[in-house]
Parts: sequence; C-alpha cells; structure tokens
Amino acid sequence: MSSRRDFMGFALGGFTAVGGIAALYAMKRSWDPLPSVKAAGFTTIDVSSAQPNVLNVEKWRGKPIFVLKKTADMKADDRDVIVGSDRFHISIGLCTHLGCIPAYLADEMKFKCACHGGEFDSSGHQIFGPPPSPLEIPPFKVDGTKIVLGEAGPEYKKMLDAGLTV
Amino acid sequence: MAHFEKAKSLNEWMDQRLAVNTIKRVMQTEYWIPKDINFLWAMGMVLAATFGILLISGIFLLMYYKPDVNLAFDSVNYTIMSEVGFGWLWRHIHGVAASLVFLIIYIHMFTGIYYGSYKKGRELIWLSGMLLFVTFSAEAFSGYMLPWGQMSYWAGMVITNLFSGGSLEAYGLVEWIRGDYVPGDAFLTRFFMLHVLLLPLAIIGLIVLHFGTLRLPHVNNQEGAEIDFEEAAELYKNGNHKEAKVIPFSPVFLSKDIFVMGIYFILFFYLVFYHFEFAMDPVNFDPADGLKTPAHIYPEWYFLWSYEILRPFSKDLGLVAFAIAQVIFFSLPFLDRSPNVAPANRRGLFHFWFWLMLVDMLVLTFMGKLPPTDALFANIGLVAALTFFALWVALPIITKLEKKL
Repeated sequence: MSSRRDFMGFALGGFTAVGGIAALYAMKRSWDPLPSVKAAGFTTIDVSSAQPNVLNVEKWRGKPIFVLKKTADMKADDRDVIVGSDRFHISIGLCTHLGCIPAYLADEMKFKCACHGGEFDSSGHQIFGPPPSPLEIPPFKVDGTKIVLGEAGPEYKKMLDAGLTV
Repeated sequence: MAHFEKAKSLNEWMDQRLAVNTIKRVMQTEYWIPKDINFLWAMGMVLAATFGILLISGIFLLMYYKPDVNLAFDSVNYTIMSEVGFGWLWRHIHGVAASLVFLIIYIHMFTGIYYGSYKKGRELIWLSGMLLFVTFSAEAFSGYMLPWGQMSYWAGMVITNLFSGGSLEAYGLVEWIRGDYVPGDAFLTRFFMLHVLLLPLAIIGLIVLHFGTLRLPHVNNQEGAEIDFEEAAELYKNGNHKEAKVIPFSPVFLSKDIFVMGIYFILFFYLVFYHFEFAMDPVNFDPADGLKTPAHIYPEWYFLWSYEILRPFSKDLGLVAFAIAQVIFFSLPFLDRSPNVAPANRRGLFHFWFWLMLVDMLVLTFMGKLPPTDALFANIGLVAALTFFALWVALPIITKLEKKL
C-alpha cells in the first residue's frame, strides 16, 4: 500500500519539479535582453576630421565611447587604434570602478571621474584612485577612415588575445 | 455540512462562519501587552500606518504614471505634478513617507537592540524584521528609478554594476538584470513591476509574518522582565487593572499607539506641506541622460551609511565590505552571546557598544553625503567603516564576558 502511495508521491513530486524548473527557465529567459536590443549593437564613426587632444564622445549600445586623437608627444601605447598615420585612444567611457563617466581634462591630458576620484591617462590606464583596471576597449574594426563599433576586427582580436582589454 | 444554529445577531452569524470572536480575542482583547513600555514601542504601528499611506498614495500615482523611458519623466513631473488634481499631494506624501519610513525603521531597530528584544524566543521577530528592512530597501531603490531623472538613471547604473562582482566581471549578470547593456526601457518596466507588485506583495506577507512572530514571545518591556502572562491576564480580567502588569492590545494599548501616531502625523504632514523638498533630490529633476554623469552621485540618506562602507576601500574589498554590511545585522541574535534581556545601560560594555554603533553609523551617514575628493573626510569615512566591522568582531567577545544579571 505505502509503496503505491510513495510512487504517486514521487510521480507527482517529479512532474512538479520538472514543471517548476521549466517555469524558472522561462522566467530567466523573460528577463534576458531582447533580440532587438542585442541587434541594435553597431555604430560607425568617421575619424577623418578628428582634432588631436579633443575628446569626442560617441554612443554605442547606450554607452558613451571615448574617441581621442593622440598628439605627437603623447606616449604611444599597445592599446592605440591606428587609422592611417594617426593614433587614437578608443574606449568605453565608463569608469571601471562603478560606471560613472570620467571627464577629459585636456590641459592635464587625463580622464578624471567625479564619482570617486579615479583617474586615467590618455591611453586609458588607471593612474589614481579606486579603478581596478584600464578603460575597456569596445569591439572595433578599422574600415578606411571609419571605425565600426560592435564588430571585432583583427586589431581588436589582437588586443583581446594580449589581454589589453576584456 | 456542519450543523449551524439560527443566529440571533450579525456578530453571532459572522462568528459561526468565521470565528470572529476567537480572532478578536487572540489578536486584540486578550493579546496582552506589558505596561512597562514607552513611546518607542509605538514605532511598529507607526510603521504599519506609514506603509498604509505609501500604499494609498502609490495607488493614485499609479493611475497616471507611465513606465516608458520616453514618457516616465513627464508623466511624473508634468502630468502628476501640474495636471492631476492634487497629484502633487500624492507625490509629496509618497516621497516624504518613503524617507520617513526608514527613519522610523532605524529607530525601531535601535530600540530593539537597546532593550535586547532579539534575544532567546524573539529571534524570529528580529529576522523577519530584517527581511522587511531588506525588502523595503529594494522597494525604495526600485521606486527611485521610476521618475527616470538623472539620479534614477545613475543610481540604477551604479547599483546594478555592483552585481558584476568586482574582479569577477560578471557583466552578463548585470546585463541580464537590466535587460539591456545600460539601464533602458526593459530596465524601467521591470523595476516598475517590482515596485508596484512583487515587492509590495512580499512586504505585506512579511508584515503578517513579523506580527505573527511577536504573538507567542510577546512584546518586550523596559526592564526586559519575564512576565507570567497567564497570571497577569487573570488579574486584569478580574478587574485588578492597577495591579496587573499587562493591558490588552486593543483597545487599550492601541489608543496609546494612536496618540503617538497623532504626534508623528503632525510632523509627517508638516514635512509634506512645507518641507517636501528634503525628499526630492534636485538632480532628479533633470531627465535621465546616459551620456552625462552628475557631478556627485549619492544615494538617499538612508543608504548613505552602507554606501560609505563601499567607498573607502579598493573595488573588490569595498564590495565584500558592502555585502557584509548589508546582512550583518541579521546575525545580531547569534553574535550576542549574553543571555541577559535588559536595557543596554545595565549591560556593561554592551552599553558602549550600542552608542558606538549608533554614532558610527551617523558618522558614516554624514561622510557618505560628502564628495569623495576631500582627503580628511575620506579618512574619517575609512576609520568609521573599520570601526563598524571592529564592533561586530567585538560583539561576541564583550557579550560573552558580560556578567549574568
């Protein structure tokens, strides 16, 4: 008798558990970013008219993107994006501490975050305060004088492999 | 079908079907409350009343609020504030109540700590109360997103970024929580859902649980004295109201609660009508802009102490410290090793612990509001954060050494 009841209990419990897990999966998927959100993920920037030491802020996936044409006396860095004969610093303009947007101080040639005082140099390396890592580089592809954000070109893959960004 | 006699009154009719007289006896007329208490014991009902006010004002705000990144800001700042008749009233009540509810929660918590109302038999009261604190915090945060101003956006950005876990770099989790790469429409609508349905449901359930956990151990008293409730109740029921150490919850104790509530609501409506701006951050009257960070991002005053614990450390250490600070109060009944149920002033070193903790949290709160640039204040914040943890480490030791009363 009891074994038949046990069987019914296990059967009911088993089906309920499977249904419950399936429902949890559906709930998890409902919280996922929508396909339309993910698809709208490419931005093309033309850098041919950029001025040295003047920060341009573009928008990619809702995030600010720093585009800074380097002057001749700024130190070259492995993270620079080379377009023609010019070197550019391109990064996601969110402080790697907690995501505020650092401001660019052109005179001091550095980025400074107002939230917790973090600072980055003109190559995006952290030089002061709580930021644990350099400004991140978005996936990019150089296309003539244009840069396509969201697409991983060979230069980006090289930086990624070298661990220069995440 | 059970047997039902013909009822002679409406009350009897209800009693046959719903046992209303039993409920009334258990929850009101024979729910004994010690006499030896003070106005601080009214904070629970003050909180319940404030939650009721949040619910009612929230219902009216919900009629015109639009959870859409293009419409939210104007639906609050234009439609509700200037078109809807008395819309400003509901908004100011909702904002002021959301702020005051935390003031009263903190008073309620520190009253419990001072009088040892979390000790043996009362652990569940403390734990369910802490769950309410956490849920209220989530409710406050999700509500803060809804006007979709600059502070909404950037608080949403910073707080959801915390879930990347520092060096764990779990950005997938952050994007999953947001439903987007940055706080956007999906983010706003899901926090709207949390704010108006899921979290209020959880709060209501937890309030019932919190009241339930209080019923058997009964309310504590100013001396922490153990009371024979059966004996005291007999005295009261026999008419010895003077000698009995207890009074019934309703209507006797409740009338005292309502008196305290009366005083509280004078303050409450004074703030609603004359000083509502303290609950309305001016920065949040700029529409959300993902390409412009406000000069200084800070949370509402009631989160400042834990925000300040996050700030002075490196990123990973700060996150760990912040996470511990969020949950450490849950462990109070287990870290306090002394069996004494007594007010803190009779508990030796614990007396100092109590006031140090209170002052330390006030210092953290003030430092949390200041910009991060001043080195002196940053150092005070660091010392206060370290003191906070030192106090929790010291708690089991000093309470273990405490003399039994």
